[in-house]
Amino acid sequence: MRIVVLVKPVPDTASGGERLRPDDWRLDRPAVPAVVNANDEYALEAALKLTEAHGGEVVLVSMAGPGAPDTMRKALAMGAASGSLVTDDALAGSDTVSTARVLAGMLKDTEYDLVLAGADTSDGGAGVVPAGVATLLGLPYLSYAAKIEPDPDAGTVRVNRISPTGYEVLEAPMPALIVATQALGEPRYPSLKGIMAARSKTLETKTLADVPVADVPVGGAVATSEVIGSEAPPPRAATRVIREPADEAARQVVAFLAERRII
Amino acid sequence: MAAAPSIWVHGELAPDGSLAKISTEVATLARSLGEAGGRDVVGVVIAADPTPAATELARFVPRVLAVTEPATADHAAATIVGQRLAALIEREKPAYLIAGAGPEGRDVAGVVSALTGWGVLVNAVGVTWDDGPVVSMSVFGGKLTTTSRLTGDYGIVTVRPNAVSAEEGAAPGTVEPTAVDGELTLPQVRVVDRVEAAGAAAPIEEARIIVAGGRGVGGPDGFKVVEELAEALGGAVGATRAAVDSGWIPYAQQIGQTGKIVKPALYLALGISGAIQHKVGMQTAGTIVAVNRDPDAPIAEFADVVVIGDLFEVAPALLTALRARAG
Repeated sequence: MRIVVLVKPVPDTASGGERLRPDDWRLDRPAVPAVVNANDEYALEAALKLTEAHGGEVVLVSMAGPGAPDTMRKALAMGAASGSLVTDDALAGSDTVSTARVLAGMLKDTEYDLVLAGADTSDGGAGVVPAGVATLLGLPYLSYAAKIEPDPDAGTVRVNRISPTGYEVLEAPMPALIVATQALGEPRYPSLKGIMAARSKTLETKTLADVPVADVPVGGAVATSEVIGSEAPPPRAATRVIREPADEAARQVVAFLAERRII
Repeated sequence: MAAAPSIWVHGELAPDGSLAKISTEVATLARSLGEAGGRDVVGVVIAADPTPAATELARFVPRVLAVTEPATADHAAATIVGQRLAALIEREKPAYLIAGAGPEGRDVAGVVSALTGWGVLVNAVGVTWDDGPVVSMSVFGGKLTTTSRLTGDYGIVTVRPNAVSAEEGAAPGTVEPTAVDGELTLPQVRVVDRVEAAGAAAPIEEARIIVAGGRGVGGPDGFKVVEELAEALGGAVGATRAAVDSGWIPYAQQIGQTGKIVKPALYLALGISGAIQHKVGMQTAGTIVAVNRDPDAPIAEFADVVVIGDLFEVAPALLTALRARAG
């Protein structure tokens, strides 16, 4: 099986340093170290497990800024075979419409049985791009997967989709696009061998001109939305610390909740 | 002059076919935008049996289009609903579509956006009107609130639970059975089974009160006291990734960067240190109360109240105090 995983470099949330540029409110990417989006790592881990079980390879596809290759090497070190990246000044400030169109364009030239994507990103957080990519490519769309079971002989895939009351078992022909969740299992740490091997893996970098996007404009210049302001939320009041025996502490907490009319 | 293009509300279905709670909030918000902008507000429900949800939605908006779409009975709904919505949008020319920011709303928004080219303002925690919707969203785990708008005079907005309190309209609206013709061209994904998980609760994103447990809860047995407190408070049970990864509680209850983002009126955190990956999922809660043995835990810096103590002593005492108060 050949599985494409959509990956996005995002600012490391653990750094706590994410910020917007003051002039255009776009994310200041160079200000913060980048990591592979955490939800994409679950997708990658699931893809690696599937190719270990069924044979084949995992390839990465990304649309990101010029610093992306370093981050993508980390994903290659986990075990992906190769990667393809589109990076272009014109794509800076792209909205989700453009992102879906460009990623769909990247996939047009790619052979695959499955496309896996993370549920959302820790920076934009939209969670609408995978559905957009599936729609543009006419792929069956199976979202919020807790379990993925392909049947390569039958050419179908089954997915347990998390629902509010449990899960739905979905079935579709391959190729299909699946949205992965953390329920698929912990991402592996790259081994030293994996890190060494990643250095020589192919990471193809394209510009927008190399990507077959349908004859509609894409990129920051045609963004359908814009950020017009940003402010820090009002600070929370100082923390009240209660150091009392349990009964007294509980009494004070209940009184506090009643005072705030929560109970 | 023709009326200005309307604001549409995506009426989402709960698993039992009734209207999802998020849609009552979205409808309430859309109504206030319609009043501010002089726009008609129209609900749309697309389902194998749209009537129950459409009737409920009509308590919140003056007009609801009910589209019967048999394919959703045994196929994943979002792709089908998204196609029908896009076709209806093409025909009726509304200006805006507002949906919930949960899994269903996101899936539908993604499909509609791809088919119409409409942009999406995502995860609104508040929406005002200034010649179009102006959306505030919380970014970087609540460190910043940004304000955004659409560059054109049309688009999609997804709204987080608890952005507004649902309020019915002054008078019930009408439900109009509506036909949408045309073939469904996108591949349909068959639902071969629906499995109810034991102990599945209401979606935690919608809960007014959440009692959450972390590593400090110690194990699945430790979650009993979390569940008891949640029940006593009429709330839902949440958890950190550490607790979920340890298998103490299902992933559906996870709050944080790779779980749910929640904004309840009260977040009661038991044995949760408050690491950044968890904090980003809950720090916009109205009130945060933490119980932790470690006075230096990060959560002590952003909780409203922190009780320094053993949760296995404090939580039962809280239960007793709450029950005494309830009389």
